[in-house]
Amino acid sequence: LVAEIEKKITEAFEVFDRESNNTVDVREIGCIVRSLGCFPNEAEVQELLAKIEVEEPGGFVHLEKFLPVMTEVLLDRRFRPIPEDVILHAFEALDENKCGYITKEDLVKHLTEE
Amino acid sequence: AFKAAVLIQQWYRRHVARLEMRRRCTWRIFQSIEYSCEQDQIKLHNFFSYLMDQFTPSSSKERDFISRMFISGESYKEAELEKYCDYESIEVPDSYTGPRLSFPLLPDHATALLEAFQQKQQLHARYVLNLLHETRKHLKQLPNISHVSTCYSEEVTVCGDLHGQLDDLFLIFYKNGLPSPSKSYVFNGDFVDRGKQSLEILVILFTFLLIYPKEVHLNRGNHEDHMVNLRYGFCAGQSTVHGKKILRMFQNVFCWLPLATLIDQKVLIIHGGISDTTDLDMLEKIPRDKFISVLRLKRRKESSRKPEVQAINGESKSGTDAAGNEAAPRLSLQPQSAQAPSTANRLEFSRWLRQTVQEQIDTCRRLVDISESEPEELTYSSMVSLKEVDEPCWTRQEEWKQILDLLWSDPMPQEGCRENKVRGGGCYFGPDVTEKFLEKYSLQFLIRSHECKQEGYEFCHNRKVLTIFSASNYYEIGSNRGAYVKLGPDLIPHFVQYQANKTAHMLTMTQRQVFPVAVISRVEESAFRALREKLFAHTSALISAFRSYDGDNTGKITLSNWATAVESVLRLGLPWRMLRPQLVRSTEDGMLEYKSWLDDLAMEQRSQEHIQSSLLEVIYRNRSNLETIFRIIDRDHSGLISFEEFQQTWKLFSSHMNIELTDDGINDLVRSIDFNKDGNIDFNEFLEAFRLVKQCP
Repeated sequence: LVAEIEKKITEAFEVFDRESNNTVDVREIGCIVRSLGCFPNEAEVQELLAKIEVEEPGGFVHLEKFLPVMTEVLLDRRFRPIPEDVILHAFEALDENKCGYITKEDLVKHLTEE
Repeated sequence: AFKAAVLIQQWYRRHVARLEMRRRCTWRIFQSIEYSCEQDQIKLHNFFSYLMDQFTPSSSKERDFISRMFISGESYKEAELEKYCDYESIEVPDSYTGPRLSFPLLPDHATALLEAFQQKQQLHARYVLNLLHETRKHLKQLPNISHVSTCYSEEVTVCGDLHGQLDDLFLIFYKNGLPSPSKSYVFNGDFVDRGKQSLEILVILFTFLLIYPKEVHLNRGNHEDHMVNLRYGFCAGQSTVHGKKILRMFQNVFCWLPLATLIDQKVLIIHGGISDTTDLDMLEKIPRDKFISVLRLKRRKESSRKPEVQAINGESKSGTDAAGNEAAPRLSLQPQSAQAPSTANRLEFSRWLRQTVQEQIDTCRRLVDISESEPEELTYSSMVSLKEVDEPCWTRQEEWKQILDLLWSDPMPQEGCRENKVRGGGCYFGPDVTEKFLEKYSLQFLIRSHECKQEGYEFCHNRKVLTIFSASNYYEIGSNRGAYVKLGPDLIPHFVQYQANKTAHMLTMTQRQVFPVAVISRVEESAFRALREKLFAHTSALISAFRSYDGDNTGKITLSNWATAVESVLRLGLPWRMLRPQLVRSTEDGMLEYKSWLDDLAMEQRSQEHIQSSLLEVIYRNRSNLETIFRIIDRDHSGLISFEEFQQTWKLFSSHMNIELTDDGINDLVRSIDFNKDGNIDFNEFLEAFRLVKQCP
């Protein structure tokens, strides 16, 4: 099972590996983690990055460092998907007037105010 | 509320990430299939080499058959060319309402052409031939490397691959303005193939070239090559009465296109790239017209250098060098059908006679005895005064490699220089190769094309190499933008991107912005369709591979083994585990019933039940190759080949590819197709029967 997970992680990693040298830009890590089925929030992504030693300068991540950390994440089933009803609740919480929709501006406001 | 926002953000980011992943995977799929097609092209040529090496014609019929395979692309001597493409005798009917050209061309002609093509009109063959004739005359005077200076026209616009996509050319002219004395353009090759309006693009580019010779510059691309045209469809559209003349002329125009352009001695523009042996001094001196197709056969043995023999008046002759044993990779079996020039010019006539006799000798020698023999002496040396050119210190083989590298190479991130096995021609060159090259010739950076880029352009090698690609929506609608780059005297690149709108299946601007999913889905669909086709074409190999993982013969394998097996067969380097959800629908306990999965695939592809599925699979796997072969056989590009020729082709092909096919199998195949009573097969009908009609993307 571990071998299979590792292969999956490697594949996802390689899709973002622009130079085919087993490194990706640190900014893509969030994308890779998410495309493997995880739903971390920004804070959690930062935590993850702290565990992987990011190489300066330029901020690249090597596959060797990424692989063990990510394998653990998948094995532990961390950052599981958010069920639909929870998301629905979340939208309802933001819909102060209870009218069943949020405007784009409101949504943007909320999401960027963190 | 804060928590809610965070949750939504989490969900949204994951959505975006998934989209991004899908987009990249789709891109990978298209690219890998495209390049493996190019590789097929080279394999096809190896097939022909193999034929020549191994096959001893057992009858004159077979001999003719084989020799016909290699004759395509022969070039013509001046007099013959004039006679063959005699446009003056072509009458233009009064009913013709399209543009009429007269020479020398004027800007009004260009405008008329642009308008006409926008109205989907066509240019009459007579004018096309005339234009090609004049273009060739002009190109012949040009050096191999064009020189452009920004002090004259202030700004130079460089465009990349267009691939017959006329809409993109119109867009460029619309946004950037037409070529003029104050607006210089460089078009960096690959004007044709794949897109549907290759001819129109060439007509427009050549017209502007002749009107503004100082301002418009064209570089040759790897698709300005007869063998590649055969494969990728430029020839398919030319089955009209004058079509074959036009095609022949194109061969003789393409070979005269310059190989590179140099701006201010600082920026080199080439179509593909460079290699660690690229030598600009050599490139300047190469007789570029001798390479009608860069993808010609390699000689089995390389002849040692021989002095170049030229005819008395020194006119360079394309086609067989008089010596007949050049080290060139081009196998020139001249057709016996060359017309004799009029006897009015006796000198010409005797030269032609000598040549023909020599050619006949060589031809017979080659066909009868495959092994090469060097002629001991030049048989007519007594008649022709041999003028030894400053003996070049390089061979034809080396010249050929220079051009091949220039037109086919790709940059790579790693250092070094290695063979470009993916495309099958040229090299992969690293940043160190670029650095050395730029330093050697005091250049600032390279501009090249050849590779499709999502944003229409891309830098690499520390911004020393710029790729510019001008065909938007290249793989599929929405797949990528096109771009062009402008350079002023400061040589700082400014980019303009665009995306042509196709009329059918168009998504509105808002749709595209708000629902990138919609765009990605469409492109993705297309990519996966292509991928499934490929999978189907390798059914037998896949079954063997799967069986090797299914020791107990349960009919099932794990998904992990599925991925490994598929990659080992297709060798496309794709992330199969990421793609799996789109390719494999149903699994039980993480196991796949591979036989039924393959059956499902087949069901999508099959159109005729009574054809054995293995046959269908074979055809599918080789269909692009088959097409090319057919086109070569179909010498007059009429779309018709005789039943016998078809059988012969298939036999040769299948014996080389180690495919078992009985005569009955072929007969069954043919019987199920409607072909007209005179024993000819309309190739398009044949393809249609299997829904194999090549779709221009």
